Amino acid sequence: MSEVGKPGRQLTSGTNVPEGQNRVALNETEPVFAQYGEKMIEQDLVELTLSHALEHGGDFAEVFAEDKTSSSAVFDDGKVEELTSGRSRGVGVRVVVGETTGFAHTADLSETGLLAAAEAAGAAARGGGGGVRTVALNPTTAPRPNEVLVQPNDVPKGTKVGLLERAEAAGRGAGSEITQVMARYGDSRRRILVANSDGIFTGDDQVKTMFSVSCVATGDTGMQTGRESVGHTIGFELFDAHDVEAIARRAATRALTKLAAVPAPSGEMTVVIGKGGGGVLFHEACGHGLEADAIKKQASVFAGQMGNKVASDMVTLIDNGTMSEEWGCYAVDDEGHAAQSNTLIENGVLTDYMWDLLRAKADGRESSGNGRRQSYQCLPMVRMTNTYVTNGEDEPEDIIASTKNGIYVAQLGGGQVNTVSGDFVFGMTEAYLIEDGKITAPIREGNLIGNGPEVLTRIDALGNDFAMGSPGMCGKDGQGVPVGDGTPTLRVTSLTVGGAAA
Amino acid sequence: MDSEQLLGVADQILGWANDDEQVEVVVVHGRDSEVRAYGGEIESLTTAESQGVGIRVIKDSRQGFAYAGTLDPDVLGETLRDARDNATFGTPDEFLALTEPDGVEIPKLDLVDPEVTTFPTERKIEMAIELEKMVLAGDPRVVGVEVAEYADAYNTGAVVSTTGIRSVGSETSSYVVAYSLTSDGEDTQAGFGYSVGKGPGAIDLDKAAADAVDRGTRLLGATKPKTEKLTIVFDPYVTAQFLSIIAGTLTGDVVLKGRSLFADRMGETVGSPLITLVDDATNPEAFSATEADGEGLATRRTGLIEAGVLQSFLHNSYTARKAKAVSTGSAVRGYSSTPSVGAMALALTPGTKSQAELIADIPNGLLVQGVSGLHSGVNAISGDFSTGAEGLMIRNGELAEPVREFTIASTLQRMLLDVVAVGGDVEHLPMSAAGLSLVVSDVTMSGA
Repeated sequence: MSEVGKPGRQLTSGTNVPEGQNRVALNETEPVFAQYGEKMIEQDLVELTLSHALEHGGDFAEVFAEDKTSSSAVFDDGKVEELTSGRSRGVGVRVVVGETTGFAHTADLSETGLLAAAEAAGAAARGGGGGVRTVALNPTTAPRPNEVLVQPNDVPKGTKVGLLERAEAAGRGAGSEITQVMARYGDSRRRILVANSDGIFTGDDQVKTMFSVSCVATGDTGMQTGRESVGHTIGFELFDAHDVEAIARRAATRALTKLAAVPAPSGEMTVVIGKGGGGVLFHEACGHGLEADAIKKQASVFAGQMGNKVASDMVTLIDNGTMSEEWGCYAVDDEGHAAQSNTLIENGVLTDYMWDLLRAKADGRESSGNGRRQSYQCLPMVRMTNTYVTNGEDEPEDIIASTKNGIYVAQLGGGQVNTVSGDFVFGMTEAYLIEDGKITAPIREGNLIGNGPEVLTRIDALGNDFAMGSPGMCGKDGQGVPVGDGTPTLRVTSLTVGGAAA
Repeated sequence: MDSEQLLGVADQILGWANDDEQVEVVVVHGRDSEVRAYGGEIESLTTAESQGVGIRVIKDSRQGFAYAGTLDPDVLGETLRDARDNATFGTPDEFLALTEPDGVEIPKLDLVDPEVTTFPTERKIEMAIELEKMVLAGDPRVVGVEVAEYADAYNTGAVVSTTGIRSVGSETSSYVVAYSLTSDGEDTQAGFGYSVGKGPGAIDLDKAAADAVDRGTRLLGATKPKTEKLTIVFDPYVTAQFLSIIAGTLTGDVVLKGRSLFADRMGETVGSPLITLVDDATNPEAFSATEADGEGLATRRTGLIEAGVLQSFLHNSYTARKAKAVSTGSAVRGYSSTPSVGAMALALTPGTKSQAELIADIPNGLLVQGVSGLHSGVNAISGDFSTGAEGLMIRNGELAEPVREFTIASTLQRMLLDVVAVGGDVEHLPMSAAGLSLVVSDVTMSGA
């Protein structure tokens, strides 16, 4: 059953295993397209498809091919539940005529399949100018954010299962109140080829590896949960830098701590957010509102605000798709544009929005490399990559010590925004009361709510301890893409905490 | 591809099964189209065909799984080999086995509207453009339409196994959805409206447009309310989301793994006597009605809570075997996953009052029109419930000023017990639960 499409935007903190990707370590000098392009579709067939797509007219045509493989393994309830291998491969063809886009996709990579998709996508252009268009492709490559040292596909499945067993034992061993542990491993390799009638012919090879542990602790007050995840755009070398037992212990400790949690307070109060996690706040408070598709439709509170002061002086917000190894990085976006680092807010002043190809063309500018799609079955749109606030000058301890009363949020659990009103929520999955400048009792889970433009101006302290947060999946209009975010410790003078305590 | 062709692909794979293993094949094929209008023109027109296969192998009480988003003959064999190899790494589990036919006859439901295949693209375009026009014309305060869309789908799926399962079925759906942008000169808001059915003939553009206009305009000028405890009315759309969360705590999977609030509560009172909750995918009125579950067993009606008393959990064949119960035909899955357990078409037994009548009984309360952050502020294991919300205050039995930027919070356990009225305004929604207005007392509204 299809779901009703709606322009909802929400961020889920890394629960999802990436759908499937893995890759081959390439020689740096070897053009990317030569590896993937030829493997997926020959250049002359790509050119033929583009010409065919424009046969009935049209301003622009694009071929996007994708080959994804993935593997995942789940250890739950004391056993390896299952290993899953996945494969998906196909092509999406887009034809743009004026303001209209025609799109078709197929899993059939033969000439017949490609031309049929081109025909269907070109149907939107029927009645247009027509005539023969020759498309000359210009193969290019963009530097990859980082290399992949160990292809997950080359790692024996037994080794992956071994990680899960170790994590589960460590989780169980963290305390007798730990009553359930689930550990999840996932890797994926996503190879893409992008070609369009502007002559772009490029590709990318994206490998991601992730690991997460969820624990349940049971006490007198019922059950509590704790979760921890790590994920990077690298191969199996992820586990050289991250110890799965430590990941499990952090998840278990969260659940155990919350057994003593008091009901979360309710109402407006000062909120301090620990390093890393605060990125979710910016993702929701302004990230989505700075996407050019929302701006174009006047569906964002940040439309018409360019050059205006939109945040506290200390806020500099960057979206950076080139950020080495981070969850939202890539060489080229899903429209063939090289990833780049874009400053969105500088010292509180709005300096740019994020752009995809069509929105940029309409505005007579370059794409900012933010055109992304969940898969070949989807049209690209403006999406974030790794979104973060740069360091401030405050010592994190001082921020807490100078907060009379409020709450301290150590881990956030995703969020959601209405870009039209600017109202956004984000969840707290590990949080404490601050009383007289000290972190005290743990509190139960809940959402916090604020209004983006208001909250940005209420940031009155920014730490010098920048860190990236957990890997996330950002959902928009039914499409999920991996994103990263980060912040130093920060303080918001007033946010509404949505607890049940009266 | 039609049913026979899908069964053909599945049978071909079963033919490769070894004698010492059980093999289950799920094959799906879908065709869908989507038209979006913007500014009186087509913004995008998408046509797509998708297919996929998922293969589960159980050997020596170990399970492995693999899937592919294609039915290319060269990929099918590879996928089976992957599933077989994956099985060697599973932990042996005596309860792992594929189900056999359980004797429950598969219901014959009329879930295909053939018009989905013949409805011309030009008409789809007209509907999307017309919907946009209607929303714009609906109220002078509508300043834009972010999305106006028509979409339809025709999906066919088959499940076949070496243990005698052989089920195949098709379903169609059509829907329109619109998102309005409204402004009173100062404040800007958004509102959605939709209409769904098995085919284009069931689509009600007037309703979709009117809802998008009404939801968008009635929030204009909304302010942040003060923090207080009060009685809330969930709009049908919100109730449906709430029911889905409740059902998630009643599946055999979470019960057996010690992740359910209600694991030890069978036969006990868990809700208000007004709560009678069933899961029934055989109701053809339900958007998510279907004849067979993800393991090819007949769907059926399962009473979960009756007059507040917990009656049953939901099971697939694995959780049923382990819990010494019987499958409730509740295996849910796509081709890319093994069967989990879930509700398919939830429904509360309705009361008799309209939403207006329910509101008339409330001296001080809140109508919740929409919620946000259900995934980030609700923990179905601990029961903590906290969500962003927007809606209208209720004063002396009447809708009053709009409010926004606040949360509502309680616990799932308490909310079930605190239900004080159930509306008669059943609405079938594009989700796995039907909606109606639900009145819950003693909820914390956190605002200023």
